[in-house]
Amino acid sequence: MNWFTRKRSAESAKERLQLVLVHDRTDLTPGQLEALKDELLKAISRYIDIDPEAVQIGLERDGRSQRLVADIPLRSVSRNRAG
Amino acid sequence: MTAQVITVTSGKGGVGKTTAVANLATALAADGRKVVCIDGDIGLRNLDVVMGLENRIVYDIVDVIEGRCKLKQAMIRDKHYPDMYLIPAAQTRDKNAVSPSDMIRICNDLRPDTDFVIIDSPAGIERGFRNSIAAADRVLVVTNPEVSAVRDADRVVGILEAEEKGNPALILNRLNPVLVRNNDMLSAEDVLDLLGIQLIGIVPEDESVIIGSNRGAPVVTDPKSRAGQAFRNIAKRIQGQNVPFMDLDQQSGLWGAIQKLTGRK
Repeated sequence: MNWFTRKRSAESAKERLQLVLVHDRTDLTPGQLEALKDELLKAISRYIDIDPEAVQIGLERDGRSQRLVADIPLRSVSRNRAG
Repeated sequence: MTAQVITVTSGKGGVGKTTAVANLATALAADGRKVVCIDGDIGLRNLDVVMGLENRIVYDIVDVIEGRCKLKQAMIRDKHYPDMYLIPAAQTRDKNAVSPSDMIRICNDLRPDTDFVIIDSPAGIERGFRNSIAAADRVLVVTNPEVSAVRDADRVVGILEAEEKGNPALILNRLNPVLVRNNDMLSAEDVLDLLGIQLIGIVPEDESVIIGSNRGAPVVTDPKSRAGQAFRNIAKRIQGQNVPFMDLDQQSGLWGAIQKLTGRK
């Protein structure tokens, strides 16, 4: 690995810890989080039209508390009305 | 007097809990405080050797609990500071020899004529850890700037939150300023951001810590040691004084001067 281009190890340590701590604190495995996302999307899709590809759902840290943050863009309904 | 009970814990083993307890107790005693240390690691007694008191043990904490001696008889007076005592752990294999209520009772017996009771918790999150935090008014979490130690510290902080043990404070031990400068070690800012708790001290990696424990003389007694200075500062903060954090990034010699001139960090 090139000395000048390699990512310094402190950065990897921090990034890896950020992920591990979120899952440790919530007691939620990455697999369970995926299952949660799928169910959430199914439930929302029953009411509104969404683009599953554009959806972003993840756990974020805020000090010592965690939050589940979801960004779910809605598909425009204007086209349907025009038709 | 009514003592403040301080528990030093970490989750992961080998991060410097016992060293921290011996040094903070010695620094507090050097400031004229009356201090009693309790080794909470039943079966794996160690605080006695780090403090250089291993040859003076007659009774231990389990002897007190099981009524074989009075509390005073199990308190070993330090060689240099007459107001500092150690209550050693037992070397028994019976993990259930001590209960949380035993610890609370012993600490309450010590409170009236002591300034600080400092409990050295065992590693892990099991019985010995539960015993050690049972009587705590304040908890200090020791960690190193390494992924495994930080992860375990976070587990412990989570348990302390759940147990409503107040806000723990962090001792970041064995920080290597050169590695941090080269971005090859988590910085104090990184660790604080990850753990989300308050900082009470950063202790730089220092060979004199090992030399001190070899001799059974905590490094705070060495006026030239940087780690000793860091522990003395933490002891002042425990006593409520506002001591600025040490500048660990200072470099000496020609290389330091060159780096300063060229602005390289």
